[in-house]
Amino acid sequence: MITAEGLTKRYGATTVVNDVSFACEPGTVTGFLGPNGAGKTTTMRMLCGFAEPDAGRAIVLGGRYKDLPNPGRRVGILLDAGAQHGGRRGREALAVSAQTMGVDERRVDGLLDRVGLDRSAARKRVRQYSLGMRQRLGIANALLGEPEILILDEPANGLDPPGMRWMRDLLRDFADRGGTVLLSSHLLGEVDAIADRLMIIGAGRIVAQGTRAELLAGSGTLVRARDGAGLRAALDAAEMTVRPGSDGGYVVDAEPEDVGRAALAGGVALTHLAPSDSAGLEQLFFDLTADQRSEP
Amino acid sequence: MSADAATLDLPIAGRERQARPGLGRLTLVELRKMVDTRAGFWLQLATVGLSIVVVVIICAVGKAQDQTFRALLEAAIAPAGVLLPIMGILLVSSEFSQRTAPITFALVPRRMRVLTAKVLAGVVLSLFGLAMALPIAAVGTAVSAPDVPHVWTLPVGLLGQMELSLATGVITGVAFGAALLSSAPAIVLSFVLPIAWAALTAIPGIHGVARWLDATQSLAPMTNHLMDATEWARAGTTLAVWMVLPLLIGAWRIARREIA
Repeated sequence: MITAEGLTKRYGATTVVNDVSFACEPGTVTGFLGPNGAGKTTTMRMLCGFAEPDAGRAIVLGGRYKDLPNPGRRVGILLDAGAQHGGRRGREALAVSAQTMGVDERRVDGLLDRVGLDRSAARKRVRQYSLGMRQRLGIANALLGEPEILILDEPANGLDPPGMRWMRDLLRDFADRGGTVLLSSHLLGEVDAIADRLMIIGAGRIVAQGTRAELLAGSGTLVRARDGAGLRAALDAAEMTVRPGSDGGYVVDAEPEDVGRAALAGGVALTHLAPSDSAGLEQLFFDLTADQRSEP
Repeated sequence: MSADAATLDLPIAGRERQARPGLGRLTLVELRKMVDTRAGFWLQLATVGLSIVVVVIICAVGKAQDQTFRALLEAAIAPAGVLLPIMGILLVSSEFSQRTAPITFALVPRRMRVLTAKVLAGVVLSLFGLAMALPIAAVGTAVSAPDVPHVWTLPVGLLGQMELSLATGVITGVAFGAALLSSAPAIVLSFVLPIAWAALTAIPGIHGVARWLDATQSLAPMTNHLMDATEWARAGTTLAVWMVLPLLIGAWRIARREIA
């Protein structure tokens, strides 16, 4: 369980994170979405005690992160895949972490297998790693202490499509076992495919959060029937706001279920009934964060 | 490069292993970090190698009175006296220049515990340094077998002073690394500042004061002979300025710093 309450961080005159509040529940993957520089990383740093908030507080597992006695056994963190000593071998980097938190070093080899770093990769110095390999090493490092929470900043950066799929399955599985996942990305597609809940941050503020369906709610329902006039009459009878959509359909300012009921009441057989994705998540993301992009 | 996520076995509930990592374990981790990188490995090797070279040269061409165990030991720890402080610097500065700090402080969020472990690891390293020099000096003494009195005599107090000299040297390195948080400036300044200060002592007006803080002079007796009270006072004053002060500055900086 991760809770942020009014987290705020200023650097000089700039408020980088502004009154950010959210909660990440066990068993869920929360996607933290925003353009580069929107405040995702700073927020995550405050969760881990790397940066002190100027206002608000971050609560991890019931208290401050830095008060956890052996945090590596409860929270797995990957904030920067590049953050590894270039002169250290991959396996050794994990072994150092294992020793620090008191994890059996034999766990390291199994974990290297699981993140897809083979023996020759494990023996290489991290300097020789590609970004994708560093991400995998970072994920292994985060998983090493068998944590119940994962906090990952842009974990899909540098991964190829199979790697992204692998990551998605891994995080889904982790959450399905009761784990809590918070991951950030500046790419909608990466997050949309994994996350149960989305938080969209722009210019330091959370501009929207909720499930995919909740975020798309309000964008309307696209409905079609062969009997267009009958459908229109049924919708009007239900006093719904209707505007013409494509292909003779209608976009209705209502939830699909209510639209379905209105059609049923009017005795109209529908050929299509779905949330209007014409705007879609991508448009939403774009609109919500547009203010920030227009700034220099 | 594929791993089957379905085979992942990550137990999530039932945590009992939440004991805070002890300082002993953290010290071992810091010792490990000193030697498991390429730079650390070569510095260790260079220290041993240079010790051997120095002793061999003295045995081959030195005077008889320089070939006693005591004199050879002083020579044998000299490379450690120069190189171990660099390891102390890198132990702290590399966390920031190599950006391992996020991992280190994520696992041990009480940052002063990490710094304490680094200081302790530095002390252990200095003991290794002395232990490594002892057999090298002993073999040199046995081989050259100089014809002078007290060939094998070494006051225990002097051995203690030698260890103190190495230990404070490494801690000074840790302190410079912490105060500057960057490898190259810390290494350069840890060499240049004491020499620059020593140059100041040549100015007649401040000679009296300056030599109390002149590391090149006040710390030299430590490995050479049993120090008298004045020498101890000078060494203590010097260490307060060159070791304790940067360590406090470093502790303050690390405690406040934003980890990125």
